[in-house]
Formats: sequence, structure tokens, C-alpha cells
Amino acid sequence: MEIKKPAVAGTMESSDCMVTVEPGNGSIEFTLDSTVAHQFGNQIRKVTMETLERLDIDNVKISIVDKGALDCTVKARIEGAVYRSVDQYDNLPWGGAIK
Amino acid sequence: MKNAVGREIPQEILKKTGKEVFRGTHYYDGKPVQKVGPKTNVVINNNGSKLVDTIHDVLVKCKIKNGMTLSFHHHFRNGDKVLNMVMAEVHKMGIKNLTICASSLGAQNDPIIPMIEDGTITNIESSGVRGGIGQAISEGKLKGLAIMRSHGGRVRAIETGESHVDIAFIGAPTADEYGNLNANGGKADCGVLSYSAVDAMYADKVVAITDTLVPFPNLPAQITQTYVDYVVVVDEIGDPAKIATGAAKPTTDQRKLLMAKYCTDFVINTPYFKDGFSYQTGVGGASIASTIYLAEIMRERNIHMGFGVGGIAKPMCDLLDEGLCRVLVDTQDFDQPSIENIRTNPNHYYITAGEYANPFNKGAYVNKLDFVILASLEVDVNFNCNVVVGSDGVITGAQGGHPDTAAGAKCTIVITPIMQGRIPSICTEVTTVTTPGEDVDVVVTDYGIAINPKRKDLMEAVKGKGLPIKTIEELRDIAYAITGEPEKVQFGRRVVGVIEARDGSIIDVVREIKPFEFKAEKKPAKRTAKKK
Repeated sequence: MEIKKPAVAGTMESSDCMVTVEPGNGSIEFTLDSTVAHQFGNQIRKVTMETLERLDIDNVKISIVDKGALDCTVKARIEGAVYRSVDQYDNLPWGGAIK
Repeated sequence: MKNAVGREIPQEILKKTGKEVFRGTHYYDGKPVQKVGPKTNVVINNNGSKLVDTIHDVLVKCKIKNGMTLSFHHHFRNGDKVLNMVMAEVHKMGIKNLTICASSLGAQNDPIIPMIEDGTITNIESSGVRGGIGQAISEGKLKGLAIMRSHGGRVRAIETGESHVDIAFIGAPTADEYGNLNANGGKADCGVLSYSAVDAMYADKVVAITDTLVPFPNLPAQITQTYVDYVVVVDEIGDPAKIATGAAKPTTDQRKLLMAKYCTDFVINTPYFKDGFSYQTGVGGASIASTIYLAEIMRERNIHMGFGVGGIAKPMCDLLDEGLCRVLVDTQDFDQPSIENIRTNPNHYYITAGEYANPFNKGAYVNKLDFVILASLEVDVNFNCNVVVGSDGVITGAQGGHPDTAAGAKCTIVITPIMQGRIPSICTEVTTVTTPGEDVDVVVTDYGIAINPKRKDLMEAVKGKGLPIKTIEELRDIAYAITGEPEKVQFGRRVVGVIEARDGSIIDVVREIKPFEFKAEKKPAKRTAKKK
């Protein structure tokens, strides 16, 4: 998939995260600001990379402001931001690229 | 050197502080301890008044100089104005290298942060630190060390001379011109002056600061004229609206109500729950709800509480007023009703912090506790608790009476939700040990109750009572299954804080924080495999 335009998903509420994706410069540029960075920073990066790989994205600027979201939430917010960035709101690949 | 809770205490810190490693809660039991006395400027003349016009004048009279230790109390809580007022004047005089020995510090004291940065304050001794001061200490801005002591530990440290207070500043809701101080009445009523009692008795110079001067003699006095050198009258010593920051309102949070129910069901199935039992609880939502549940059972079974201790809030006062509790002994008031109650109910008594919790006297009230209900940021599988260092590694809480009551009570119960945000509260190893696991008997969570394996008697007592008993490891595993397994906080090298056990030995250290760094990324296999 190719990121077409900047898009955002999520909130800054506790236990949520806000994911912003923008068209990249040829690679994955990942930034993280997390209240639980020490405990789960590496895990959040891992989940992000896995999710992007599943969505077949290798060219994106992705930034996550995390307020203690669980893995499932991080995944869902990334998927949300990515599909918003390509304006796809129907025929989402539930059970496929979106797990 | 490793201590009794398995924490490595750096040799340099042992050398620098002259302290020993923690050897267990009861290591000093029965041993003799020498106390010290203050240098007292005697008053034999009959000139009458101890009034001094300004804080500046009183600092001059006390001969303030570089390197002194100044002490303060935190009974005005978030509304405290005394510490900032005094320190602003001290700062103006250009005094440096001071040690602040406070019963606690909070966000209300943030104005002193620049004084930490410019070397006015180089050491801090406190029960803990909330707000910006904690952040500053964790960032390594304090030149010396922050020493965190329990309420009882502070009294011990001052009485034994380990911490010598040169000048004590006591914010007094009412005072007379000769230094009889009381916490009741006045504009900034705080109920009790318990934490200040030791300062009054052991500091070389004692300065009372009040905004309500009353006719001599101000009786009954919680701190008497025989200890006070000077009295200064100022406009305002505290903001009444912020003194009683209040206990949590009765909660409707189902998770807290569930924990409260588990807690009460545990309490009533132990052999200690019988007429005359004693009890201390906190002001969190679950604690308050469990007090309310407990009261129902007490009425039903006609069981009365012998005495309640501690930081007092309305639910305990309600028990006293109803006659379900015989006596309250009070070291701190958390809300307006409890400040009111100590004035109106004759069975609600003021006690000093020493009487409450000092491990080095001939027996503190905490030793007579049957139950204490506590909270904790983290509890590990060895039942060690952390109530001081937050999940970001920053000093963010206070020991308060946690280690004192945990050590004293026959049944120490810690209530905590299994996870707070994404941070599992039940973990393999706490970030910092502030209360040793040997003193924690029961952990109540929303997913079940764990009993310390050394309390076989409690396990036996609640067997078959329908309580969701699990092992502490099972609780941790439930938490980790939801949150994932947390990595440890990445600290810098420098030690910025020392966590003292009640007896003054070192139970743990706190290091400076550093920004989080990702682990080196593993290169994907396809890129490392070189293909021709």
C-alpha cells in the first residue's frame, strides 16, 4: 500500500494512542512518544513494524503518541490511519490485512 | 552490597551516607539506641513576648548560615504557604548549601525548584516528593542526595541525631505570643500538628509562623511554649481550600467496588476481626468503599472497632460518631469533616508522628494495629511494594506511613488494580523497593487475592470462604497476559535518591532518569544474508 496523504487515528485519552501517517521518503520513519516507553517502547515498535508489513507499507512517516494503549489498540489505530490516508472506508480487508 | 530485599546498594553510597544495608524489619528490635538533645537558648527573663516582626528578622535572630538544615511540616498539604515564604526570604539573603528536612513535599512547593538549581538547596530529606521537585531530583538537579524516609523513620532520624535540624519552621493555625501552638481554629485549620512535634522537641531553633494570634495561653496546645523560640505573624500560612484536598468521594467505579468487596470479605474472615479490633485505611476510592462495606458487617454482627489510626478522613469519623469505633488517634486530616471532627468529638485524639510510627521508641501505635489497608504503585512476586518511583522512573510519591504501618499491623493488606493504564501493578520485580515484602501479607486486586506464602495461618483462615485466592505469580501472569511483559525502566548511573527503611538502613536507591532508547534493531534476515 502507498500512503497518499497525511491521516490521523486515535485519541490522547489514557489507554489509547494517536497515530499519524504521512507519505514517506523511501523508508519507514518511526517516532514514538509514549508514557510507557521504558516498559513497552520496543514492543510498540515491534507491533508497528509488523502491522505495517501486513499492510504492505514500506514508505511512510509514522508517529505515535501513546498513552498506554495495548497492542491491539496500537494495531487498530495504525490500520485506521493508513486506510484514512488512502480514503478507503468500504471493502476493508477484515481478517486479511486487517487482523 | 546486596540487602535483605535483594537490592544492590552501591558501596559509594554506603560510604557517603554512613548507612548500612537493610537487614530486615525487626533487625533492631530490643537493641538500645542513643537519642540526642537540642542546643537550647534558655529564657529566664520575664520580658514576655517571643514575637518577631518578619521572617527576615527571625532568620537573622536564628543566625541562619550556609549548610544548615531547615525543617517544615506538610499539614497544610497542597495549600501550604509557609515553606515557600520562608525559602523565598532565605534565597534573598543568599544562603547556600541548605538541607530541607520536610515531613513531605508536593507540587505546592514547586517555587523552590530554582533554589535547587542554584545551589541554595543541596540536600532534601522528605517522606517523598510529588510534583516538579521530584522531576528535578530525578533529572539530577539536586547537588547532594534526596533521602526518603517514612513518617516514623523521620522521627527516628531526628531523635537519634542522624538528621540534626538547625531551625524548624512550624506553620501554626493558632499561636499565642509565647509559642503555644494549636492546629484547631484559625484561618488555616489543619486539625493536627503531629509531624511537627519532633521538630519542636529536637531542633536547636524553633520558629512558629501563624496568621492567627490568640490571647495567651493558647490551650490546649499541641506544641507548647517550652519548645518555641520565636513567633512570627504573617498574612496567610495556608490556603484552606487546598488544605483539605479531600478524600475520594464514595466511588461508583465497579473495579474499585469489587476490590473493596474482596478486601472486606477477607478482613471479616480473619481471626483479627473481633470486637475491639484496630484499623487503618487510606483515602483512595477502594479504601473508602471497603470501610463503608466493613461498617455494614460491624453493625450486623455488633462488632466495634477499638481504635482507628492514621491519616483520617470522613468515613472513619462517621464510624466514630456512630459509636462503631471507640477512639480515633490522628496524625493527619485529609478532609474538612475530619478537621471538624477532632474539634467536636472528644474521642478523636491528636497524637504525634513519633507516637504513631517511630520504630525507635518504646512502642508506636502502628505496633497495635490489626489491619492496615494500603495502596501501592507496584507490588512484585516477593510482595515488595513501590510507592515512590513512577513507571517513568521519576520520583513521584511518598513513603508516608506505608512502611511503618505495614511493619506494625498483624494483617497488612495492599489494594491495587491489576493494571493501571498499561502498567501491570503486579510484576516480577518492582522498580524501587520502598516497603519490604516481609511486611505485606495480602494483595487484593480486581482479579483475585494473593496471600504471602509465609502467612499459612491467613491461608487457612480464608479457605473455603468463597474468596478468589490466587498465587501472586498467577496475578502477575494475568496482568502480563493483558499488557505484555514490561521491560525495566532505563536509568542513568548517578544515584540521586536513597530510600531509607524505617530503621535508617538503605532499602533501595533511586538513580537519575535518562531518555528512553530503543534496543538496537535486529537486521532482517534477508538483508544480512549476502547474495551473489
